[in-house]
Amino acid sequence: MKSRTIRRWSFVHTWTSLICTLFLLMLAVTGLPLIFHHEIDHLLGDAPELKQMPADTPKLDLQELVLKAQAHRPGEVMQYFGWDEDDSNGVIAIMAATAGTEPNSSHTFMLDARSGEAVEMPSANGGFMMTMLRLHVDMFAGLPGKLLLAFMGLLFVVAIISGVVLYAPFMRRLKFATVRNDKSTRLRWLDLHNLIGIVTLTWALVVGVTGVISALSDLVIAAWRNESLTAMVAPYRDAPPLTELAPVSRVLDIAADAAPGMQPDFIAFPGTRFSSEHHYAVFMKGSTHLTAHLLTPVLIDASNLEVTAIGDRPWYMDAMGLSQPLHFGDYGGRPMQVLWAVLDVLTIIVLGSGVYLWLVRRRASKPVAVAQAETVQ
Amino acid sequence: MKRKSSGFWSVFGMPVAIALVGTLGLFAALLGDGWWDALAWAGLGLPALYSLRGLAR
Repeated sequence: MKSRTIRRWSFVHTWTSLICTLFLLMLAVTGLPLIFHHEIDHLLGDAPELKQMPADTPKLDLQELVLKAQAHRPGEVMQYFGWDEDDSNGVIAIMAATAGTEPNSSHTFMLDARSGEAVEMPSANGGFMMTMLRLHVDMFAGLPGKLLLAFMGLLFVVAIISGVVLYAPFMRRLKFATVRNDKSTRLRWLDLHNLIGIVTLTWALVVGVTGVISALSDLVIAAWRNESLTAMVAPYRDAPPLTELAPVSRVLDIAADAAPGMQPDFIAFPGTRFSSEHHYAVFMKGSTHLTAHLLTPVLIDASNLEVTAIGDRPWYMDAMGLSQPLHFGDYGGRPMQVLWAVLDVLTIIVLGSGVYLWLVRRRASKPVAVAQAETVQ
Repeated sequence: MKRKSSGFWSVFGMPVAIALVGTLGLFAALLGDGWWDALAWAGLGLPALYSLRGLAR
């Protein structure tokens, strides 16, 4: 590689990294507890605990759960029902002042599917873990925050790619994984920066790219509403708003008949951003490991409970669905979670050593620059 | 520790191998449990191991 080429790549690497480093550090630090959010919730006693009941206790009808939820939070309306992965008796309910209320102003709690008893989920509505999540997702700045973080993620990807290009000239005469710890602190950290950077490359790229996709989720959902949903509910364009909703009791059976072999993931009530003004949207997931992350909406008319459309799965919705496990690291058991955390800390070390190397080189080159300036004068 | 050869593979051989196992593992675990997960643990464990060994030196 010509030295001018190296200098150009070095310029790209230095500045893309420096601009995104503070944000990436924040993301890596807040992401660390989020990897273990389930475990931390349990430790802090924030995880919803359902009462012990005989195993064959029957479950309430879904409409009864709606009534229990409304009794628990009078004056609010249902937005979503979701199903808990840990406990099949737990139904997650999300309610807000209006169906269209933005997610951060909604209230999330759990209903015991057998008794209808409401159990609070403190960490889903506030507290330490919610603060971590909001910092990580949008820095409490809504869409502009998400877009800024998405841009920082893109810079991170460019920094990684330019780092790989620069790896070659640095390592040309060195054996893989060499760490020169007998010369200077700078050399030791240069070698460590190169080593850790190159071996964590795949993970950092995958987490970076899936993070960018997740940060663009609002846009992805808006695209889905504009293209897919609008086409599906076109016949309802001029329909008057619903004054009364048909009971949801049989909605899951209806959706299961319409999408055989699939499981319900969540129900979006009419007026929410995952449904139309006139439909219950039951989002069905596939039953294999892979397809469990891909959702197919079944739209059910909320006045007569007829299935009016089974959605297609646009590629960008699939990309968003698959981005989640690949970003969270929650799909390969406890060892994967622990490795996710280790790689997260290693990324912090790469970021930190990068800043250190830049500072050291800047300090070293300053006298030269000053000397040059003096010669010119 | 110095090497004469400066070809692509002498520099990128190991990194490419590690990246391949890593990619394979990350996507394999999406397909199933058990051995599929184990592949992911290997793919993520290798980078962790090399990094920690470097830091410990």
